[in-house]
Amino acid sequence: MNYEIVSGLETHVELSTKTKIFCSCTTGFGGDPNTHCCPVCIGLPGTLPKLNREVVNFAIKAGLATHCTINNISKMDRKNYVYPDLPKAYQISQYDKPLCEHGYVTLSSGKKIRITRIHIEEDAGKLVHQKGNTYIDYNRGGVPLIEIVSEPDIRSIEEATEYLEKLQLIMRYLDISDCKMQEGSLRCDVNISVRPFGQQEYGTRTEIKNMNSFTNMAKAMEYEIGRQIELVKAGQPVIQETRRWNVEDKCTESMRGKEDAHDYRYFREPDLVTISVTDGEIETIKKSLPELPDSKYDRYVNELGIAPADALQIIKYRRVAEYFEGMAKDVKTPQTAANFMVGQVFQRFATEADKEACELKVPASAINELILLLDSGKVAMNLAKKTLDTMLDEGRTVKEILTAEELKGVDESDLTAVCRKVIDNNAANVADFLNGKEKALMVLVGSVMRETKGRADGASVQRILRELLKK
Amino acid sequence: MSTIKKLSALLSSKELSCEELTKEYLKAAEKANPGLNAYVKLTPEIALETAKTVDQKIAAGESLSPLEGIPMTLKDNISTKGLETTCCSKILKGYVPIYDATVWEILKKQNAVLLGKTNMDEFAMGSSSETSCFGGSKNPHNLNCVAGGSSGGVASAVGGNIAAYGLGSDTGGSIRQPASFCGIVGLKPTYGAVSRYGLIAYASSLDQIGPITATVEDAALVYDAISAYDPKDSTSKGSKSPASGELQNSMKGKKIGIAKEYFDGIKDDVNAALEKAVKTYESLGAEIVHFDLPSLQYALPVYYILACAEASSNLGRYDGIRYGYRTDNYESVHDMICKTRSEGFGSEVKRRIMLGTYVLSSGYYDAYYKKAQNLRGAIVAAFQAAFETCDMILAPTVPTPAFETGFTSKDPIETYLTDICTVPVNIAGLPAVSIPCGFAGGGLPVGMQLIGSAFGEASILNAAYQFEQATRNETFRRAEMGVSLA
Repeated sequence: MNYEIVSGLETHVELSTKTKIFCSCTTGFGGDPNTHCCPVCIGLPGTLPKLNREVVNFAIKAGLATHCTINNISKMDRKNYVYPDLPKAYQISQYDKPLCEHGYVTLSSGKKIRITRIHIEEDAGKLVHQKGNTYIDYNRGGVPLIEIVSEPDIRSIEEATEYLEKLQLIMRYLDISDCKMQEGSLRCDVNISVRPFGQQEYGTRTEIKNMNSFTNMAKAMEYEIGRQIELVKAGQPVIQETRRWNVEDKCTESMRGKEDAHDYRYFREPDLVTISVTDGEIETIKKSLPELPDSKYDRYVNELGIAPADALQIIKYRRVAEYFEGMAKDVKTPQTAANFMVGQVFQRFATEADKEACELKVPASAINELILLLDSGKVAMNLAKKTLDTMLDEGRTVKEILTAEELKGVDESDLTAVCRKVIDNNAANVADFLNGKEKALMVLVGSVMRETKGRADGASVQRILRELLKK
Repeated sequence: MSTIKKLSALLSSKELSCEELTKEYLKAAEKANPGLNAYVKLTPEIALETAKTVDQKIAAGESLSPLEGIPMTLKDNISTKGLETTCCSKILKGYVPIYDATVWEILKKQNAVLLGKTNMDEFAMGSSSETSCFGGSKNPHNLNCVAGGSSGGVASAVGGNIAAYGLGSDTGGSIRQPASFCGIVGLKPTYGAVSRYGLIAYASSLDQIGPITATVEDAALVYDAISAYDPKDSTSKGSKSPASGELQNSMKGKKIGIAKEYFDGIKDDVNAALEKAVKTYESLGAEIVHFDLPSLQYALPVYYILACAEASSNLGRYDGIRYGYRTDNYESVHDMICKTRSEGFGSEVKRRIMLGTYVLSSGYYDAYYKKAQNLRGAIVAAFQAAFETCDMILAPTVPTPAFETGFTSKDPIETYLTDICTVPVNIAGLPAVSIPCGFAGGGLPVGMQLIGSAFGEASILNAAYQFEQATRNETFRRAEMGVSLA
């Protein structure tokens, strides 16, 4: 029998607002333990939270970018549980009136993964185990989070991965989070169950907590799917429980069963007032949204005529796309810019993080200048490529690299003269070409390029040679 | 009687230096406190240092603001930077706040002279101050009776004249009830009028800081000083307008409402004092309006469910990890938290944490917490409707005069029932002032409360002041104890 997996993700995204959700401490990552703290975020007796409106605005951006409805009225609730990294013994979160609801994310297949809700909440501190002791660092306590809950629409590990990558990309485009899984600014819990193909009812699900990388998520899902299928095949029940991914043993293991599930005793946070968002505010935020990856891709392919594979590579990194658009500004052939980007520029990035940062020695405008020169025929392609490498390596502009002579290019009448000369001097190749040997033309082109010291544009040379040989 | 106004006049006229005044109060406090147990900590250094500053101002010919140089006290659940704040709980012993409550920040700027921190029921849970880990405060009128609670220490100190005034907090009557027991004035402001920032929470949606004073005029002065919008408290709104300037208004044509539910089961001598007060108001030209407030029958259960639910969450943070008491012997973090809480909290606090945890638990939430929230809405609506027919409501503060010591430990439920008259305004977020209106048999004071519509402090203080003036020759005045300067 074949089995189908049913999965939904709960994704936590740390928002990169300047200050924490309920106080004015910095949200900066790192820093000596307990230096980004104040009486409010360590929950000293008598302190009160004050909602950072920027958090609401960031969450609304996330909601709008994932096609959610933004609720005009929402509220904060207390989620009560005891753990040393949670200094108030409750997390301020949203329970039954979240800020955003009913959205979706579209996968490359066109399939929509529905989003149940997006709510705002505070992060907890962190336990640090060192030399047999446990210490608590509250720097992360009170850092704003959004939790994005999907419907159980995911049917494969690939879909899960693509969904999460898509969310990551959207958040990065919105510039509301750096979404680094290894730093914990993107975290994910996976709910998963299996059922025989064709069966309508869901199987019993388990929840795998705290996936901290895409690889681990895929591995954990693979293991858990296998485990559940084995159980079902053997006629044994899958137990509804919370599990964790054991990185060393490469397996999921039980954390707590349903009977030990926390009773969070949610109730309305009395220290905060209702969050109200007007339609006008939503509209303003909507207008401020940047072009998102899906529309960017469509525009690249349909309007700029860029090859889909190149477009996909470029939109995958917000800064790369921004840089690319600087390169391609007002050029005749945006595909040339795409080729430069995916070819030579990408070579300068050793890692994914480099692509993410997109830090280069020259500004995009410098490369744009080069492409414009190429467009006007003042610089030939092979010289342009060479110049691009020098620019990227040395951080110099076109004008600093090429001499005035080189920048002049070769004008049409001079080039025609050179072509005539080459035809006159290469009777054998000319004859071959006229007898149908296309290759022979390339030999002639090569000779012209040598004569012009590579300053001529290859395409123009071919055109002129063909015209002359037709006569 | 030493009122704020009279003391301020003495300072301004240089009849008495602030240092002399402060020393008088400190001397009286040292003498009377062993009997009253009003203060849990005296702070002579802080007081005398402030006094010196005030004296320099006076010497420089500068004018004083109304509360400047006046010796006062704070309930021990109001955070004071650098000064231990315990909520009279073992679990907070040794906890020294690193910031000031907003109210104390305000008063500090006005050079209020802090004589010390005063006793209270542990975490403000109680009606006698006897759940304090320091033992209960005594009633200045009769040391065999309690001062009331939970702000019993402030009431005992002000009633015993070892503080000119103090700030308490009122979650279900904790300012008004002890003020009533001690024969003085206690104002519970509208929810949101005074910042809660720095008030160690018992039940956040009900807690409110307010003044306990000798006279209505003093209550108005302190209220005007502390009621201000505070950006640190999201539920803060500040006051509508100062109350002090409205005290002289006539009662003519004012409608005073009487809801019979408030008088169910109150003691005869309390009833007699209130009936007399009603007559006084009639003689002042007020019109008495009678109506029913049937939803008040739900007030007590609603209060205890909501207050305990919030408390169970608010008190979760006392785990022995960051501050306060920590158990000596433990095997794991979990064990440490359990033992710390078991040893650190008193039995009344534990009872309320248990009750609150229960009513919020899945499976019971709808039957208790949710129902209580709905009924809260009904009580709010009932008061709103009432205020369409009257300007204020007159009611007893407590059905009885002060209990004898030890009464509350015998039967907690019986004690909860005595909160019947005070909890409704907390549920509805309304202001109410308790003022003395007579004596019961045995010479114990009887108080009555005037309840106003939201932010109607000026109106109820006006009515309270008019009553005070009309009865100024009556015998139910503050006992002449402690400092007697004017």
